[in-house]
Amino acid sequence: MRAMVYRGPYKIRVEEKPKPRVEHPNDAIIRVVMGAVCGSDLHLYHGMMPDTRVGTTFGHEFIGVVDEVGPSVQNLKPGDRVMVPFNVFCGSCYFCARGLYGNCHNVNANATAAGGMYGYSHTAGGYDGGQAEYVRVPFADVGPMVIPDWLDDEDAVMLTDALPTGYFGAQLGSIAEGDAVVVLGAGPVGLFAARSAWLMGAGRVIVVDHLDYRLEMARTFAHAETVNFAEHDDVVVHLKRTTDHLGADVVIDAVGAEADGNFLQHVTAAKLKLQGGSPIALNWAIDAVRKGGTVSVMGAYGPMFSAVKFGDAFNKGLTLRMNQCPVRRQWPRLLEHIQAGHFKPNDIVTHRIPLEHVGEAYHLFSAKLDNIVKPLIVMDPA
Amino acid sequence: MRKDSDVPYTADAPQRPSAEELRARIPGWGADLDPADRPSVPREQFLPTGAHWTLPEDQRPQPGQAERERSIEHGRLTPVYGTSVPLRGLSGVIRRHAYRRYSEARAAHWLLLLGADRVDAVESHLASLLTTRPDNPITQTGIQSELGQGPLRSRFGQHRADSSHHVIDPVLIAGPWVLAGGAAYGALKLLRRRAADRR
Ligand SMILES: [Zn+2]
Ligand SMILES: [Zn+2]
Repeated sequence: MRAMVYRGPYKIRVEEKPKPRVEHPNDAIIRVVMGAVCGSDLHLYHGMMPDTRVGTTFGHEFIGVVDEVGPSVQNLKPGDRVMVPFNVFCGSCYFCARGLYGNCHNVNANATAAGGMYGYSHTAGGYDGGQAEYVRVPFADVGPMVIPDWLDDEDAVMLTDALPTGYFGAQLGSIAEGDAVVVLGAGPVGLFAARSAWLMGAGRVIVVDHLDYRLEMARTFAHAETVNFAEHDDVVVHLKRTTDHLGADVVIDAVGAEADGNFLQHVTAAKLKLQGGSPIALNWAIDAVRKGGTVSVMGAYGPMFSAVKFGDAFNKGLTLRMNQCPVRRQWPRLLEHIQAGHFKPNDIVTHRIPLEHVGEAYHLFSAKLDNIVKPLIVMDPA
Repeated sequence: MRKDSDVPYTADAPQRPSAEELRARIPGWGADLDPADRPSVPREQFLPTGAHWTLPEDQRPQPGQAERERSIEHGRLTPVYGTSVPLRGLSGVIRRHAYRRYSEARAAHWLLLLGADRVDAVESHLASLLTTRPDNPITQTGIQSELGQGPLRSRFGQHRADSSHHVIDPVLIAGPWVLAGGAAYGALKLLRRRAADRR
């Protein structure tokens, strides 16, 4: 089969690989119909995530058709059209039994801190991802769901990570009616977080980024006020001014480990890999939120330590909340919102790129060229 | 900018738009207003998952793989694990050591794994030169996607998102080629010296 393959930092290609096999009785093999590149794939692409092996296939956002099922699979059959959450999870361990699907204990031999994820290095379990013609999906009776007839394929792809993660970010902010919510980062997760903050009753939503075309989308798609941090000498002071010098009630970090905005942080983390992630956005969140407020972290960070301003978080009595999104928990409600017409998830899709050109998708996305917000990977019909 | 006297350092909450105003302006505003009725509330609760086992069966071991590496913080090999790329080569030796010796709490664990990643990139690059499909620095970096995007214009005098990478990118991308060239040159020199010695 054809698959995207990592060849080292900034290098990927499409090559012929053996088709995945059923390796566990509850596995399914899915023929991928459509996938996406995620901002967090760029951490892998840049060589930031420990134990990213040459030969790995990335991709944790995909939908497809069931091609083959293992002998114990009861809920799916070949031919079913399914969406697959980015989490690999067993459904029965201590953590899954408590709804923490992003923290499953039975699927990641390589690390106890991280759960299992498709195509996200051996630190996330060593699973190949869905930027390929076929992918192995463990626990087929637990993770995937048959796509409802009324749902568009592109919206279904958004439901595999970006939308539920943004929505979950807003939930972890514990937004109360009238709250001022600041979202750092106008990428897909930030846009969905900003849009979701209104559903939870926010009184103001302010999105911060440095790319004007993304801020434009924050205004149109997410109905948000926007701040371009490149236009401000000190964006924290600006955010304080616009929030009555109290600070925002909730700040959502939708940037994560590769934040721009501070050269020293960027170089020590993104380039020299001396930090688990450059916490520029997280530190801005800690500074810009009001005392007693909540910081919700949805941006991805690596497993190494990061230089976080913990003293300020303590002095301000902040609540810091974060997790890998338990995607399946979010689906029923998100499907209701989409069906009710509250928003159209694929409004943020800007690029549809065939698998054979996946290298160009990564380069455009990494360099933020061509006004890219969300690139989909489309498969040639089989 | 407001005057100091306008800034309300009092107990009053800031003025925000009314619910009616927001509902009229934003589709779905307040649909999830009740904090107790959000999908992740309560935080830890049992929900049916579709699992029809109490402990998943063990996955079949990968043919040819002697031992699956695992974190020493685990009490056992997890019943299911990824089989993307088994350990191999010098990078495999380093990775195995990182897993066997150091827990996830130790910086050495992660630094060894990151070091092994760099070794893996060089090893794999060298190995690719012996195949019918060697690494190609042009197509693999996706740089050709910049055609029509103003590849030069965008790098000068404009705020380009990846400009802070530009200093070090050549090292990351060209590094393996320089190392491969050096290794090839060294090997050639060695062969020549051997040939000379034999004469
Ligand atoms: Zn993602
Ligand atoms: Zn589990």
